Amino acid sequence: MNMAFNITVDERDVALLGAIQDGLPFSERPFKDIGKALEMSEEEVIVRIERMQSNNIIARFGLVLQHRPLGYRANAMVVWDVPDDKVDKAAKSITAHDFVTLCYCRARRAPVWQYNLYCMIHGRERDVVEKQIAILNNDGLAAFPSKTLFSRRRFKQTGARFSKPPEIERRCT
Amino acid sequence: MARWPDRFIDMQLTSLETKLVNGWQKGFPLIPRPYAQIAEKMGITEKDVIAMLASLKERGILTRVGAIVRPNTVGASSLVAMAVAPERLDEVAQIICAEPQVNHNYERENKLNLWFVVTASNNTELDEVLYRIEQKTGCATVKLPLEKAYHIDLGFNV
Repeated sequence: MNMAFNITVDERDVALLGAIQDGLPFSERPFKDIGKALEMSEEEVIVRIERMQSNNIIARFGLVLQHRPLGYRANAMVVWDVPDDKVDKAAKSITAHDFVTLCYCRARRAPVWQYNLYCMIHGRERDVVEKQIAILNNDGLAAFPSKTLFSRRRFKQTGARFSKPPEIERRCT
Repeated sequence: MARWPDRFIDMQLTSLETKLVNGWQKGFPLIPRPYAQIAEKMGITEKDVIAMLASLKERGILTRVGAIVRPNTVGASSLVAMAVAPERLDEVAQIICAEPQVNHNYERENKLNLWFVVTASNNTELDEVLYRIEQKTGCATVKLPLEKAYHIDLGFNV
């Protein structure tokens, strides 16, 4: 569910998200240390994060891992062109499978890009991921035009940016 | 494995590290001394937890301890695709990575071969970033904004 409506964040929330976009420090009092630069008390930092989490603005708070170093390098983006009135049902059949990492509906850009339903699968072996994609297609999606885009090189991956960091990383990883 | 252009030696996790990464991808303690609480539950010291996190980060396994923000709730973001001539891919990718608002950038197997995510404070700024990228690279951007999120990254078991 996209609950972009009736949720508000104020300037201090956005500043806080900016201050934690590269992560909490590994110190004994990380929330206190984050608050220092923002002139926010430790308590305010914690209360704001708790509130954003209970308002579902923060989907989760914790360790954010990279798939690739752990061997998950068969990373497929699968897209389908599903009629608008059938997208919700199709998405439901996709998200029923626990090997699916993400499932989104996005705008189409005809004639360049006709696809609107996306899912991501992170696996260790390409042939396993291909079988998982076949499972999705057998589950009612085969009727729709589809493409599978495995990733090749990763040029960059960081968290979303809510403020510009003091030093901008200019090199690609 | 020649088909994977970026080859890694898979990182091995110790059993304590596995416990740490499987246990705290969500539900991180929002208390003054979170690492001490994690340590207590794992039967190790706060220093051990901090050292383990620093090591996981150093080895490229841990990106950060922080928030996954639900898309379209704060700021504006979009997935963007580009068709780049193979011989220009490295150069174009570098130009795109240099934009601080770009947070993912992957080569994928398609005519649209470069896929990146731009996050900005609002739609105007987002479009400015795309315009600047088009000017610098000479390649057209295909903006594919999110319409509905059915399932988002909730972590994974190692």
